[in-house]
Amino acid sequence: MIDFTESQLERYSRHILLDSVGVEGQQKLLRSRVLIIGAGGLGAPAAMYCAAAGIGTIGIVDADAVEVSNLQRQIIHFTDDLGSAKVSSAREKMEAINPDVTVEPIKAFVNASNISDIIDGYDFVIDGTDNFATKFLINDACVMLDTPFSHGGILRFNGQTMTVLPKESACYRCVFHKPPPKNMIPTCSEAGVLGAVAGMLGTVQAAEALKYITGAGEVLADALLTFDALPMNFRKVKLKRNPNCAVCSERPSITELRDEEQTVCDLK
Amino acid sequence: MTMVKVKLKLSQIEEGDTLDVLLTEGEPLESVPRTAKEQGHHVEDIRKEGEYYHVIIRK
Repeated sequence: MIDFTESQLERYSRHILLDSVGVEGQQKLLRSRVLIIGAGGLGAPAAMYCAAAGIGTIGIVDADAVEVSNLQRQIIHFTDDLGSAKVSSAREKMEAINPDVTVEPIKAFVNASNISDIIDGYDFVIDGTDNFATKFLINDACVMLDTPFSHGGILRFNGQTMTVLPKESACYRCVFHKPPPKNMIPTCSEAGVLGAVAGMLGTVQAAEALKYITGAGEVLADALLTFDALPMNFRKVKLKRNPNCAVCSERPSITELRDEEQTVCDLK
Repeated sequence: MTMVKVKLKLSQIEEGDTLDVLLTEGEPLESVPRTAKEQGHHVEDIRKEGEYYHVIIRK
């Protein structure tokens, strides 16, 4: 039987009141496991909303330490955390927001040899990484493990996101095929990014995770949401699966994970 | 919090069973029966009992 303590009822009352979440949806959230790859601009707000929402277990992966240039947008890290591992700093805040949540900090860079073990056992993955090589790796691993995930990318005033339901909806590789040539796309550390744009996109990704787990509404599958915060225009482009996709088609050419060449400079 | 508690109790009973709720006048009495109906439950009876209203909701 579904039961909540008095304090949980109050904590989650605004979710429980929603018809499409309700008591059952909140129970699903409390029993769910979400993995957030990257405790940076996207991962920070996503982790905070997932924790606040009562996602029962949240894995968070990052190998870096908090640097002062992170603080303009990575709102889970505070000035006092400079020098600390991002996963420890993030864990502390998530547990402080909501003691119902178990945080699994994973201090590592994901790569072709560890990503499957890291993702295994999670219900949903949020890609909050900052480079194309890892985005393709997350896509391929999630498709192979049949784990739904939210892709997200930001630069300057722009953001883009899509949710992938492996072998059901278009995957990241169906749409973008392979990482762009080296140095073609500048990084946030070269070109900058508005802090709040990271918050906007990471929050959309958290909402997608919550919707997927509760079954509320429809996730951003077979669609790419893009926005430009300068005029504040939002666009939703319809997508279709690529029948010749290198990873999610019937006859994939990629059948094992590999590390793509790092196509962007090291990010700070 | 009244509606949150009613929703929890409704989730714990079987379809067809009833839930007895005592509500005070004002916001709870206005919102609970209305929301219960919106969510597909039946409000079988509302009667005043002392300072409370006794509302019977059938799931």
